[in-house]
Amino acid sequence: MSDVTRAEVCAVACAELFRGDGEIVAAAVAGFVPMLGSRLARATFEPDLLTTDGGPTLSAEPVPLGRTAEVAEGWLPFRDHLWLVLNARRHVVMGPSQIDRYGNTNISCIGDWERPARQLLGSRGGPGNTLLNPTSYWVPKHSARVFTDKVDFVSGVGWDRGAHEIRAVVSNLAVLDFDTPDHRMRLRSVHPGVTVDDVVAATGFELAVPGDVPQTRLPDDEELRVMREVLDPKGLREREVPA
Amino acid sequence: MSKVLTIDEVVGSLESGMTVGIGGWGSRRKPMALVRALCRSDVTDLTVITYGGPDVGLLCAAGKVRRLVTAFVTMDSIPLEPHFRQARQTGAIELTEYDEGMFMFGLYAAAHRLPFLPTPVGLGSDVMRVNPELKTVRSPYEDGQELVAVPALKMDAALIHMNRADARGNAQYLGADPYMDDLFAKAADRTYVSCERLVDTADFAKEGPPQSMLISRAQVTGVVETPNGAHFTDCEPDHRRDEAFQKLYAKSAADPEAWAAFRDRFLSGDEAAYQDAVRTWQEESR
Repeated sequence: MSDVTRAEVCAVACAELFRGDGEIVAAAVAGFVPMLGSRLARATFEPDLLTTDGGPTLSAEPVPLGRTAEVAEGWLPFRDHLWLVLNARRHVVMGPSQIDRYGNTNISCIGDWERPARQLLGSRGGPGNTLLNPTSYWVPKHSARVFTDKVDFVSGVGWDRGAHEIRAVVSNLAVLDFDTPDHRMRLRSVHPGVTVDDVVAATGFELAVPGDVPQTRLPDDEELRVMREVLDPKGLREREVPA
Repeated sequence: MSKVLTIDEVVGSLESGMTVGIGGWGSRRKPMALVRALCRSDVTDLTVITYGGPDVGLLCAAGKVRRLVTAFVTMDSIPLEPHFRQARQTGAIELTEYDEGMFMFGLYAAAHRLPFLPTPVGLGSDVMRVNPELKTVRSPYEDGQELVAVPALKMDAALIHMNRADARGNAQYLGADPYMDDLFAKAADRTYVSCERLVDTADFAKEGPPQSMLISRAQVTGVVETPNGAHFTDCEPDHRRDEAFQKLYAKSAADPEAWAAFRDRFLSGDEAAYQDAVRTWQEESR
């Protein structure tokens, strides 16, 4: 297998977010790529994960993107999702409109909350997810508008505001984590074909950049096969990541 | 015994200035026939409590909303709601913005007649900044934890949409998610249920298992049969979300001229006229 796409690198990076999580619910609500990643993790190295088909069904097996579960192993309506946030056996991947160096995020509105320039979704589950569950983020278009010095509204709390654990951020350019003494965002790896300078230029605050930044790992043959033949034969992942 | 009403009787019992809860979630099982009727009525100045979808958009477009209490407004397959965005960006409505779990605790508190329920959710976030009326409490036990005291989301009336109901107001959902509709019914002083189909009480057992009977008549003031009444939101298994129509709605809502045309075509008459206009549009679009 060759010609690995950027979307496939991103999906494997999203799968890696769940490594070691064990028997918890992977709530990858941010898009096709993290949803694929969570199911790929379950199909390969993290078999105890619980995943949904995007609806209230916990599927008996990882379900291909866009399909409904043929066999259910459980039921998770919205009220139980919200209960599970408090119970905390859950790792969520959200999609921020803005994120700062400590991982504070905004999905609520751009501009002043009192009268926003652009109203977005609203806080949704951001405050609870980040305060109580391991949280990661997926950014399909890495730019200084998203990676910003100050978020306009804190709908998801970061490390400096009491977050349980902001684990990592996967973007179309890189993987970033908070593995620094004061939990500032750090460049962990760059995707193949991306330079450190590319990431720094597309980030609106000062990133911690180690002396030696490795490349994000490539999917292995089995991962490529599972993505291409089983979990996403329609290639929905490719729609989400600009070439 | 019978609590069967017409759509107009339900809406006629609501008054300006009321706090009205709306069941469903995003663009799923919304009591859209009742919402459309509310938009046609003289009622205004409402406080609306809901997990918001196009119900919020329609009510904002009709100028019915003074304050919205919500965690989000979305149409699911279309993430953002144009009328809601417009209302916020022009300052036309006031907003109480909670996390969706805080919101659920507010419903639980009201349903259980408690003044509040404690949760850590909200701490550290700007939800606390933009809702300065929110207070915290400290656990009286050894942990001493600080918690947000989410106030009960009390409401004068709640509107919910179910798959089946009987004339006495018992109601059943047949889809995969109850959403929070039972909590709305218990939280409100008066609850009105619209349903896809009125059935004999004896027929509930043919439709689904006992646990699908979500709503008790003890919580219900009135019931009204509105076939396809959740349109264009999802109401599985009776009808799925009408994605093509939702697209038309969203596209029209984003442009004043297109919205005027949409309103004239679909929203200028009563519910029967709406359903007719939708059928005609569907036939034309085939």
